[in-house]
Amino acid sequence: MMFWSDPINFIGAWLHSVFSGWGMSAGPAGTLVAFLGILILIVFALVLDIMLVWVERKVVARFQDRLGPNRIGPFGLIQPFADIIKLIIKEDITPEGADKVVYNIAPVLAATAVILLWAILPIAGTITAVDLNVALLFLVAAGSLGTLAIIMAGWASNNKYALLGAFRMVANMVSYEVPMVVTLLIPAIITGTMSVKGITEFQSGVWLVVLSPLAAVIFTISAIAELGRAPFDLVEAESELTAGFNVEYSGMKFGWFYASELLHSYTFGGFISVLFFGGWQVPFLMADGFHFGSALVALPGIVVTLLQAVSFLVKAMIGYWVIMWVKYSMPRVRIDHMLAFNWKFLTPLSLAVLIVTALMDKLLASTNFYVLGMFLSNVVLAWITIEILRGVGRRQRKAEETALQPAMDAAHH
Amino acid sequence: MQNAWLYIGLFLVIGIVIPVAPLLISWLVAPKKPNPIKQSTYECGIETVGDSWVQFKAQYYIFALVFLVFDVETVFLFPWAIAINKLPIFAVFEGILFILILVAGLVYAWRKGMLEWI
Repeated sequence: MMFWSDPINFIGAWLHSVFSGWGMSAGPAGTLVAFLGILILIVFALVLDIMLVWVERKVVARFQDRLGPNRIGPFGLIQPFADIIKLIIKEDITPEGADKVVYNIAPVLAATAVILLWAILPIAGTITAVDLNVALLFLVAAGSLGTLAIIMAGWASNNKYALLGAFRMVANMVSYEVPMVVTLLIPAIITGTMSVKGITEFQSGVWLVVLSPLAAVIFTISAIAELGRAPFDLVEAESELTAGFNVEYSGMKFGWFYASELLHSYTFGGFISVLFFGGWQVPFLMADGFHFGSALVALPGIVVTLLQAVSFLVKAMIGYWVIMWVKYSMPRVRIDHMLAFNWKFLTPLSLAVLIVTALMDKLLASTNFYVLGMFLSNVVLAWITIEILRGVGRRQRKAEETALQPAMDAAHH
Repeated sequence: MQNAWLYIGLFLVIGIVIPVAPLLISWLVAPKKPNPIKQSTYECGIETVGDSWVQFKAQYYIFALVFLVFDVETVFLFPWAIAINKLPIFAVFEGILFILILVAGLVYAWRKGMLEWI
């Protein structure tokens, strides 16, 4: 194994030999190497998180035709570090009557939930912290831990607004989890594996968004709802609940809620890219270099790994940018509309997509027009959905008109 | 595979220690000057009335029941989804029948007016 062909595993093996040379047995040395690797990954995620604060503030400023942070450092890049120092030296206020244990655990849990998601994120071909064979279930489980943190925070604060925010989060979670899990089944059907690494490797030719565009859209919508971001941000609806679940938090505890929300969004951007947009796949790039037809531009493994990592991080950033784009251009949805949208539209549609995908995948499995057939079946399904929606809308308008008619007649007389 | 869950365990440990560290630093350096007014519950500046932990009408408990059914049953679909290429066509139709029974449950709840915000 050479450094130039597989840098991560090379460094791992080298460290392992160094620790063995110091007299450690194989077991503890391996654990120590894993510990260091995980530490580096988590620190990377948190540094990225700090930069996300800057990205978020800068992007929202541009959406609202402002400049955003631009005083501290070039383009305001040092701003988030100044924010952290401020958050740390702020007085931490625990409200009277709060459930202190739960109140203090909640922000830690919010951050832990996101960090756990990074365990299964495949960053490049040779960089996946843990290649779980049940990664999709792990994604659902760890993803909803963040919701638990919000519920704990809202309940423990002893504040009615926070409690209402927590109750809304429960409603949010129990609704949008269903289409999310159902659309997670679709990559599993097409690729035949639940490991995110396997799903990414499957997409070396065709991205899953081509095979199932509807699933990608449904997954993105339900991910936004799970994150509790606008237009589904009823959890913290400022105009109704001051700040919702985190209204009683101050200092670094509030900081963790804010930071974990941003990192959660970015991580879900990453999962959207892994599940539907090829993750670390770069077009034409294989493990040994670029393949253009029969021509091969050979590249050393370290460059391939770097390109893959950059590809993944950029795709995740694009996913995050779409989530921000939706957040800053949509008004907040009313809660009954939000639940109706999920139960009467997203859930039936996702089940229909699931049935169609399972059938088409089985019927077209060994034919030449597999990709085309999958894509067209999604297009047809989308068209039928739009027709049904149009029919329902027309009927509702007609019902409203007939209901208004007597009143209008009376007004004329 | 045993190893993989060991890594997840390591992630969990580090993932708890790292968020706690800044909270500890903050606890060491931040000023601590509590007083009753500062610590009172913040509700838009108006003094709070009564206890927060009251009985509350969760209007979506029916949704929660429907969710429970769906979430448990979709988990059963994962093994079917993974093995779909190896299954005979009959087993695929069986899986689809299972989903259709789920849909029937949803339609029933819908027709009964359970999916309305009450």
